[in-house]
Amino acid sequence: MAYFDAAAGAPLHPAARQALLAAQDDGWADPGKLYTQGRRARQLLDAARAAVADELGVRADEVLFCASGTDAVQAAVQGCRAGTVVHSAIEHSSVLHAVAARPAHAVPVDRLGRVDLGAFADAVAAPGVAAAALISASHEVGTVQPLAAAAQLCAAAGVPLLVDAAQSAGRVPVPDGWSVLSASAHKWGGPAGVGVLVVRKGTRWTPPWPGAEPGRPDQPGTRNLPAIVAAAAGLRAAAAEAKSQAERLFPLVDRIRHEAGRMPDVEVLGDPVDRLPHLVTFSCLYLDGEALLHGLDRAGFAVSSGSSCTAATLRPSHVLEAMGVLSHGNIRISLHRETTGADVDRFLAVLPGLVASLRAEAGVAGL
Amino acid sequence: MSETLDCLGQRCPLPVIALARRLAELPVGTVLRVLADDPAAANDIPAWCRLRGQEYLGPAGPDSYEVRRVS
Repeated sequence: MAYFDAAAGAPLHPAARQALLAAQDDGWADPGKLYTQGRRARQLLDAARAAVADELGVRADEVLFCASGTDAVQAAVQGCRAGTVVHSAIEHSSVLHAVAARPAHAVPVDRLGRVDLGAFADAVAAPGVAAAALISASHEVGTVQPLAAAAQLCAAAGVPLLVDAAQSAGRVPVPDGWSVLSASAHKWGGPAGVGVLVVRKGTRWTPPWPGAEPGRPDQPGTRNLPAIVAAAAGLRAAAAEAKSQAERLFPLVDRIRHEAGRMPDVEVLGDPVDRLPHLVTFSCLYLDGEALLHGLDRAGFAVSSGSSCTAATLRPSHVLEAMGVLSHGNIRISLHRETTGADVDRFLAVLPGLVASLRAEAGVAGL
Repeated sequence: MSETLDCLGQRCPLPVIALARRLAELPVGTVLRVLADDPAAANDIPAWCRLRGQEYLGPAGPDSYEVRRVS
């Protein structure tokens, strides 16, 4: 079985697993308590915070831990002052949900899924804007967003830039200039249930949680300390091998893009070059995404889909809609450190036949 | 010349498949109005036109899309 859905959750990195097991023994107590076990837990928490800060190039007191990446995104938005939130039309749904209760301005993207910087500039310069949110790179099609330019526009307008770096952290560098950054340990090979929120000093941001206390910056409630320790170890390990993994995975994705693009009536999506190293999405005309996903599952490949038939809401992905690309027959492949060239070979050997047989079954071959 | 294709109640990709089948049977220049209430149709009908080199004329009211055969 080849697991090709790292964008949803990467397999636990061995360094994270080792840290998790050790911290289960050593870090189970409440780090807020003053007895020996509590102080030990506090040391582990402080070390984890320092390690995450170091990897992200920020100060330890700028790093907050949340219960998930989604919680971190929502806190990033909710902690900003009242006013309009400008955001790209292709943000993760957690951002869209977080802005649903306040004035928001969605900035369009082009066919490759890159935000329209001119429209973004106009939007952030408008009166009453409290913050702007831009994903570091699309979680659905991989296109890298012009963060550095967006950060300059935000700085000129005096608007904090919130960056959802869930798909980039631990994989590719995130340009500087943002005010608030959120990430999810599960995406870099840490355990699920650890969100990271970084708030740069000087940002006008207030912890949005009831009962948040000065000096205890994390989301209130006892955090899962062993998972936080494992998340930090996983980030350190992932960052150490990020460059070599990117150099290995980027050409594997190129091969998938090339081979899928040669198949009849398949549209390969996103920027072919300025993209995440590990992620590729394509849509197969006339096919049902769910049928494709199940067919690949039976053939031993775990993939994701942005097609409406695979969503609980029965709506197509808002990212594919914003790009104006085909949303049915959609498959997202996201690779990780355990993916081998042989896995990709096997996938590419299976895919054309599967697509052809599903089209034949549906009576749409040659249409 | 124009014609209406009723795909109401059909889930995507069925309306796009029906559109591809029917348009091929019509003379070049014909406008085909597709009635479809699947939320993906609003996106996938124009995308199909782009991929197939046909002209998407735009929505023609709620759950209604117009396509002109140009080749």
